[in-house]
Amino acid sequence: MVHTFVAYVEDIPGVLTRVASLFRRLNINIQSLTVGGSERPGLSRLTLVCESSGEASHRIRASLFKLENVVDVDDIAQAPSVTRELALIKVAVTAQTRSQVFELVEVFRARIVDLTSESLMIEMTGVESKIEGLIEILKASDCRILELCRSGKMTMRRGHHTSGVLRALGAKSNEEVVAGAIAGGESD
Amino acid sequence: MAKQTKQDNTHLTTPTQLTGAEIVWATLVGEGVTTVFGYPGGAILPVYDALRKFPIHHVLVRHEQGAAHMADGFARASGKVGVAMATSGPGATNLVTGIATAMLDSIPMVCITGNVSSKVLGTDAFQEVDITGITLPVTKHNFLVSRAEDIAPALRQAFQIAQSGRPGPVLVDITKDAQQAKALFDFEAAKPKPYRPHPMLGFNDAGLEKAAELIRNSKRPVILAGHGVMESGAMEQVRSLAERAQIPVALTLLGLGGFPASHPLNLGMMGMHGEAWVNDSIQNADLLIACGMRFDDRVTGTLSSYALNAKKIHIEIDPAEVNKNVKVDVGLIGDLRNVLEELLPRVGGRDGSAWLKTIDASKGESAVRDIKNIPDSGHLYAAHVMHDLWKLTGGDAVVATDVGQHQMWEAQYFHHEKPRTLVTSGGLGTMGFALPAAIGAKFGCPDKEVWVIAGDGGFQMTAAELATIVQEKIKINIAIINNGYLGMVRQWQEFFYEGNYQSTPLVSPDFVKLADAHGIAGATVRTRKELDEAVEKARATDGPFLLNILVEKADSVYPMIPAGSALHEMILRPRKKNPLIETAEDE
Repeated sequence: MVHTFVAYVEDIPGVLTRVASLFRRLNINIQSLTVGGSERPGLSRLTLVCESSGEASHRIRASLFKLENVVDVDDIAQAPSVTRELALIKVAVTAQTRSQVFELVEVFRARIVDLTSESLMIEMTGVESKIEGLIEILKASDCRILELCRSGKMTMRRGHHTSGVLRALGAKSNEEVVAGAIAGGESD
Repeated sequence: MAKQTKQDNTHLTTPTQLTGAEIVWATLVGEGVTTVFGYPGGAILPVYDALRKFPIHHVLVRHEQGAAHMADGFARASGKVGVAMATSGPGATNLVTGIATAMLDSIPMVCITGNVSSKVLGTDAFQEVDITGITLPVTKHNFLVSRAEDIAPALRQAFQIAQSGRPGPVLVDITKDAQQAKALFDFEAAKPKPYRPHPMLGFNDAGLEKAAELIRNSKRPVILAGHGVMESGAMEQVRSLAERAQIPVALTLLGLGGFPASHPLNLGMMGMHGEAWVNDSIQNADLLIACGMRFDDRVTGTLSSYALNAKKIHIEIDPAEVNKNVKVDVGLIGDLRNVLEELLPRVGGRDGSAWLKTIDASKGESAVRDIKNIPDSGHLYAAHVMHDLWKLTGGDAVVATDVGQHQMWEAQYFHHEKPRTLVTSGGLGTMGFALPAAIGAKFGCPDKEVWVIAGDGGFQMTAAELATIVQEKIKINIAIINNGYLGMVRQWQEFFYEGNYQSTPLVSPDFVKLADAHGIAGATVRTRKELDEAVEKARATDGPFLLNILVEKADSVYPMIPAGSALHEMILRPRKKNPLIETAEDE
């Protein structure tokens, strides 16, 4: 099954290797990995998606915590959460085919961020299936995809929750926060 | 810096301007280190140059693998952190086998390596190697330090990490320019943040109560005691649990000594070469109480048939080990000693006599096959050697073994009463471990009698350390169990590869002459009669002594669970007049 881990790690050289090496050792392929800044100074936040057996998640989480530079690990599992991916797609267009792409972009609520006489660049955020939907449609169209760049998934739990990540921040537990989770925007 | 003599420790109390090299030693002194095992070289020379100012004894090894094993043996025998030191490049890579050995057996160890100057890091400079990259999977953590001011904090944190939670080796790689630069050394200020216990540690009343209830209701319980008993210092607690609830105790290889061998509730070693009644009692148990052990494959045999009728309680400090190999009913994740202290008040007296009688009755069959009970045929069996060594040393010696048949015979026939008296590479199974580990153990416990028990194969892997013994003028006795084969591999070839003894017959030097060349006294032993006398002579000699013990060439370790078989599917010692003529088909 697919597991999603969110971890806070120290922002120093070599930490990503340590995290990646753990999965390499367990012979688990990392499907997606995004790393970037977080609300906590000196800590990066990463979202890691991998496919492994259901029982593996306990061991992965426990093993991640054993890494000295890993501060917090949250196993998202089936919890309500928002997952997004960013894609940049460069498409070859002509004056004749351009409007066709514009329409698709409109339907998928994506944006055109670069435009030349021969190509345009689409920026799109959304869930995996939506991005793949646009890619499929583009492939089926007359416009050739020149470059495709996907960020990998970023995941955040909805509302307040009781994971160690938020507890460490002094957040209140679910019970204490009434109707904290407002399911807005696109649903997954 | 202030002029320092060997007695002067003021740098520990007063912040002082020191070079990085001096900071290394000053920090080690502050951490209580008295002995470092190492080998100098270009990238660590500033550190060696500064050594004369500090009250630390440096043991010059003959190969850096020896340094790592010595630090490891030191830690296993003394319970303190062992320290190894090497230069960059090949010096550092030579440590790797020793580091991995310590990692697999959770040994607290700090390795310090020099590296090229930070300005040329990553340029393939002379003797440059990415040792933090190489050791990443075999260390608990490692550091690359490129500034003098970072040395003390990194080293202090390394000591903390090495000893805390589940112990393990930590490597600190220090660039040459960091060793040469000056920085303010403030031992107190370099103190690491309080250790963060693993967030998934935890055991609550409900878990303890459930465990107590399982114990109360069990008819056929067995305690499985591992290395964690020693690491946690839970010898008394395990004993209390066993005695209070009348539960027999089976030990892992690294658990030997954690529960007295002579105790009536001690079953002996479990696993691949454990006695039949031990493994049978595990297979027939209705409750296993695993204390500080990790259900290694050498202990469980095939998992799909392992102790199917037993509920399992797992008391373990590493959350990643719980439910890893064996699914457990109750996981109490924490320091074994703490958990048992909480659990003990909930466990009442229990009548275990019926189950103990059943186990006792099953011993008879094995005893008949026991080599000790086979009439003297003039053959010298390794098992006899172990038995006699145990008798003659009063069982009080620290024994460092290598890996292979002799290691298993030692575990079967040398009965360890006390913790930290067996120093052996369990998880990694590192040949060449015994001799350097024994040297380390001797420095860790200078007043103890120390024996090396090694095979003729493994001994030759690190035999160069004989010179270290001589240079250090230490008293160690060495017993080479010499059968002219890589014995354990030969045994596998006999059982599973149709007796095709490919590359296992072994030509060795005359070990007594080799010892003599080092200035070490020695004797060759061919019969059991000669053995007693030779062992007594070795013990009575002031300096080191080497015994070249020529044992039966084609003996095998029994019982044996073939890899991939169930725990009860053992190959037993054949019941024949000449126990050496045997095949795997025997029963």
